[in-house]
Amino acid sequence: MPFRILRWAGGEGRGRRPAGGLCLALLLLLPWLPLGPARVYVIHVMILILVWAFIGTAWSLMGRFGLVSLGHGAFLGLGAYTSTLLWNFWGVSPWLGGAVAVVGAALLALVLGYPSFRFRVVGHYFALVTLALGEVVRLLIIAERDWTGGSLGITLKDAGGFSLAAAQFGDKRVFYFAALAVWLAGLAVWRRVDRSMTRSALEAIGEDEAAAAAVGVPVTRFKLRITLISAALTALGGVLYGQYVTYLNPGTLAGIGVSLQIVFAAVVGGMYTLLGPTVGTALTIALAEYLRVAFGVKLLGMADTIYGLALILIIIFLPEGLYGTVRAQVARRAAPAAAPGR
Amino acid sequence: MDPVLIAEAAVNGVLLGGVLALLALGLNLIFGVVDIVWINYVELVMLGMYAVYWLVTAFGWPVWLAGLAAVALVGVLGLLVHLLIIAPILAGAPVNQLLATGGLLFFLQSFATFLWTTDHRSLRLALPILQVGGMYLSFARLLAFAVSLLAVTGLYLFLTRTYMGTAIRAVSQDREAMALMGADTRTMYLVTAGIGGAMGGLAGALLIIQYSVHPYFGASFGPLVFMICVLGGLGSMPGALVASFLMSEVISVGGIITSTEMAYVVAFVIFIAAMFVRPQGLLARGR
Repeated sequence: MPFRILRWAGGEGRGRRPAGGLCLALLLLLPWLPLGPARVYVIHVMILILVWAFIGTAWSLMGRFGLVSLGHGAFLGLGAYTSTLLWNFWGVSPWLGGAVAVVGAALLALVLGYPSFRFRVVGHYFALVTLALGEVVRLLIIAERDWTGGSLGITLKDAGGFSLAAAQFGDKRVFYFAALAVWLAGLAVWRRVDRSMTRSALEAIGEDEAAAAAVGVPVTRFKLRITLISAALTALGGVLYGQYVTYLNPGTLAGIGVSLQIVFAAVVGGMYTLLGPTVGTALTIALAEYLRVAFGVKLLGMADTIYGLALILIIIFLPEGLYGTVRAQVARRAAPAAAPGR
Repeated sequence: MDPVLIAEAAVNGVLLGGVLALLALGLNLIFGVVDIVWINYVELVMLGMYAVYWLVTAFGWPVWLAGLAAVALVGVLGLLVHLLIIAPILAGAPVNQLLATGGLLFFLQSFATFLWTTDHRSLRLALPILQVGGMYLSFARLLAFAVSLLAVTGLYLFLTRTYMGTAIRAVSQDREAMALMGADTRTMYLVTAGIGGAMGGLAGALLIIQYSVHPYFGASFGPLVFMICVLGGLGSMPGALVASFLMSEVISVGGIITSTEMAYVVAFVIFIAAMFVRPQGLLARGR
């Protein structure tokens, strides 16, 4: 089993397997690397990157087939708030609360997805329907301020240091490995979908929905399946994020802002490739952290200005994303005769 | 609940609906002709508000002149958005155009934060409050409503009575056929983007006399405007008007009865449900 993980972590390219294995080994050893005083900070940033990369990968499961959701914040917020509220008010262990959150997000996706796909809400219309859903969840969190703390946010009740039942660990390394495992699982799901009938069906639907339906592809069922998986994984990411930062805020976990951030990280890296969302997330978080450390609050807004500009340029000039473009180039050079893969 | 309060909210809803209609029509025009929802549209409105604010406070211009300048300025910005961002990727996946305008949204919001910080800035105009039958109505809102209606009428006359307007409507009905018949769709796109921008600028000028501006002002009502635009239906001016007034009443009256957040929740749920039942829009002919 570990060998299989190592193998697919290296990507499909034959020559890149050792590189992938090396990266994974580095990731596994990271908490013990001699990083000096920066160690805790590096681990913190890595956890953020892994969690958001997982969420971006979950989003790209839908995005790569043209199901562009601008409302994944709905699933993220639902996930994080469900497990946190269950723990804070009834002491339900986040392990159980997390499961409830994931099921809840899948149900929400079903309630939104079934009519959307049944009534052929596609393209811009689907994007705006999901955007509305993200806003509905954000506004509901704010409106129910007696429970959720409203726009001031809510703090996860402290279980007092290291508690397995509460899924609270003073040690960042535990969260690091949890995030790493979840991220790898997300990649595994992506790969699994990529090699399944679902992918072929969804690509056919993406090209011509009516034609796909005419040859017998159950359009609604396949779209629904991928949407449920994507929503459930996103909620899981929300639970993990909530447990790690122990503070939830509707502005950072639901609504249009975070939904667009998820989308943009995936687009920057390339939403059609396995590691695209991860690369995009790593770059955007690294850029934001660098600018924050370099300029502090002196240049408020500068980081996002650069980010927004980079985003526009990437969408115009590299529509496959940074990683996607690089991969396509490598594939073309390696096999000039073969058609360039996505 | 005091019936006068509800009546006041209903009247305010109508007044708000005027400005929303202006925005929804500007966005609807672009959506109908170029087939792109500018997610950054309300950020252009925000820039229009800042333009008026700075022209009045820093340069001492009269408000009406600054308003006209904002219309021209944001109109030019609309042209630039089309030329620099939309035009290069018109042939690409439709989703990329949506995302590119989303990137612009980020850029404009953060750049405004960088330039002008997150301070709330208000013109502090001392406009009178009218009292009608126990209801208090702000003169600024009445003015904004009247000007919005004038602009909407002007747009209607332009689209139905002029050669260019007729051509623009034709493009929104069938882009490819118009191109085949020798129409210069690129010019139509530019004119549309310019008019759409100018309407955003006008809305900005009408909003700055009522509210204070900050970089995230657009974000507060942006989603609502996209939804009204789509709810009205592609290229349907009556539909956009009906949707504007429906949504503004839900927000205004609902906000009094429950809370602002719940009113927005109801408005968005209405939008989602309407997309399932009538995806082509409330009064549209069909997609």
